[in-house]
Amino acid sequence: MVQVEKSEAKKRLGNGANIVKFRELGMLAIIIIVSVLIQMRNPNFLTFENIHDMLTNTAILSILAVGMMLVIITRGIDLSIGSTLALSGMLSALAVAANQNLHPLAAMLIGTIVGIGCGAIVGLLVSKGRVLPIIASLGMMNVYRGLTYMASGGAWVSAHQMPESFKRIATGRILGINTLIFIAIIIYIIAFYFVNYTRTGRQIYAVGSNPESAKVSGINTSRVLFLVYSIMGALAGLAGVLWVSKFASAQGDTATGYEMSVIAACVLGGVSMAGGSGKISGVIMGSILLGIINNALPLIKVSPFWQQCIQGLIILLSMLANTLIKRRVDKQNLLRRKI
Amino acid sequence: MEERNIIGHKEFSLKKFFFQWEWMLVLILLVIHIINANLSPYYLNLKQLVSATATFMDKSFVVLPMTFAILLGDNDISIASNIALSSVIMAVTYNLGVPMQAAVIICLVVSTLCGLFNGFLITRFKELSAVIITLATSIIYRGIAYIILEDQAAGGFPSWYSFLGWGELGGIPFMLIAFAVFAVFFALLLHKTTFGRRVYAIGNNATASRFSGVQVDKIKIIIFTMVGFMCGITALFLTSRMGSTRPNVALGYELDIIATVVLGGISTAGGKGRIGGPILAIFVIGYLRYGLGLINVPSQVLLIVIGLLLVAAVLTSNIRMDVKKVGSSTSDVKQ
Repeated sequence: MVQVEKSEAKKRLGNGANIVKFRELGMLAIIIIVSVLIQMRNPNFLTFENIHDMLTNTAILSILAVGMMLVIITRGIDLSIGSTLALSGMLSALAVAANQNLHPLAAMLIGTIVGIGCGAIVGLLVSKGRVLPIIASLGMMNVYRGLTYMASGGAWVSAHQMPESFKRIATGRILGINTLIFIAIIIYIIAFYFVNYTRTGRQIYAVGSNPESAKVSGINTSRVLFLVYSIMGALAGLAGVLWVSKFASAQGDTATGYEMSVIAACVLGGVSMAGGSGKISGVIMGSILLGIINNALPLIKVSPFWQQCIQGLIILLSMLANTLIKRRVDKQNLLRRKI
Repeated sequence: MEERNIIGHKEFSLKKFFFQWEWMLVLILLVIHIINANLSPYYLNLKQLVSATATFMDKSFVVLPMTFAILLGDNDISIASNIALSSVIMAVTYNLGVPMQAAVIICLVVSTLCGLFNGFLITRFKELSAVIITLATSIIYRGIAYIILEDQAAGGFPSWYSFLGWGELGGIPFMLIAFAVFAVFFALLLHKTTFGRRVYAIGNNATASRFSGVQVDKIKIIIFTMVGFMCGITALFLTSRMGSTRPNVALGYELDIIATVVLGGISTAGGKGRIGGPILAIFVIGYLRYGLGLINVPSQVLLIVIGLLLVAAVLTSNIRMDVKKVGSSTSDVKQ
């Protein structure tokens, strides 16, 4: 009798887990279906060059998405990353323009440090000041954007002011593959290890799924929050240098509104806005799917003015889908429970 | 032990009266005026000061219902996009040959529907916070505006329409009068009706108020619809002031409006604050902008100032709450 109950429970557990697994497989299926459909409309889509370009263009987005995933897992959100990216990109570009012999790695370091500073301020406001993440990052977003304009006096830093070595950070190739892709892969490997196999990484999930019980079980929640926003800032700072190097120009309005794309990638990748859940593999797929859509819309001759609306619809619909899936899983878990 | 009266009649306390956040705002407003008057000799001129309100009145209309939304503990990020979308649709329908009166109504209908849609999603998907949902709809609304108008501008409105934004009645800008009417309406709604009391109840404890028979979902939908409607009103005045419209109009208004409400002493946690605060804060931020504009401060610096103001306002209100908590807990110990 007990045996039967157990096996039944297992079956139901299997069902619940299946839906979650199904989500990941579903994403992969969607990516494949979308690719095939676009390939039918435009045969230039699935060529090595185009896929390579697409991944290069998605690399920066996916780097940012890792940080955003951590922030969203703790039930937060960071709207300031577009401005952080612009500020760190601008400052590193100014540094490079003033000192042509600056080593590219030093430029990347400058950008990352600026980013950590920006992220840490938001982190402090959220963790110590208990300001809502959305308010804190909305306020600091404008501060950083204003600082970007002030740093350059409204002017651009353009390609001829940057040395070749700096531009090569994002345009150089290793084994015929763009360095940006390598950087993204390295960051993903580190993040995968950090999130799944370190104590701090697991604490992030704990804080997100239940802040109160995390606190009771001895986790320093405000330290975790501070850390998460600092990591986000660091990644945004690094992305700023990569962005400026890739487009060979630093402007005051660099990456305005880019935070929305990053949030979209996370939501598409199954990161729950209610906090506590989200996987690195999901975020990779979310970024790639968003990259495909952004890359393919011009290829199948959709007006660029449609892109924003389509992106918004994708965010909204995938969010609603996530919620509905979660409801079903929860319902099944309830059914499984024996009273 | 002192006797408690159950009747909701508060005793007037002079100390409490003078320690209200609103006095702080009045003080800030005075300081801003004094600084501005010192910076620019042309500043202190009553006629000028009154007509200057027209430069910042357009966005103040959304502040009123936004106060309700933040009192609920929610937030609406989609306001700026909603303003842009309704403004664009009004201009395009007018250019297609619809009479202006009808276009104005269409503008209000569109914005109200956008607000209703927000409210519908927020009450149907309670797992998602209002912030996230309105963030997504804000992208969609502005996206639709871009689809409609691409990167063009639309305008050429009839001459009577410009009265909304530029007209004056007896030396007072029409916008200020309209705002006063709406402000009285919303103040009465919040502080003199059961609806208003229920908003506070939901903001303090949504679960408890649902169990006490308050229709939480209905009130939420009404408030987000009101936010939408007032976005339409703002769109009317803003478009009239600018004479034409573009899809990127009202960019960043959500920051200004949320900053105003929060500076007005409305707690982002919900349930705390009075409507007088945000109304005062409108003038604080407005005159701050106006004064900085007079001495040619670049708009980027203004961005920084407003951003810092927002964060500082929330921080101080959090600290104030802490102080109060510490105060009440020590008095508990005494008992």
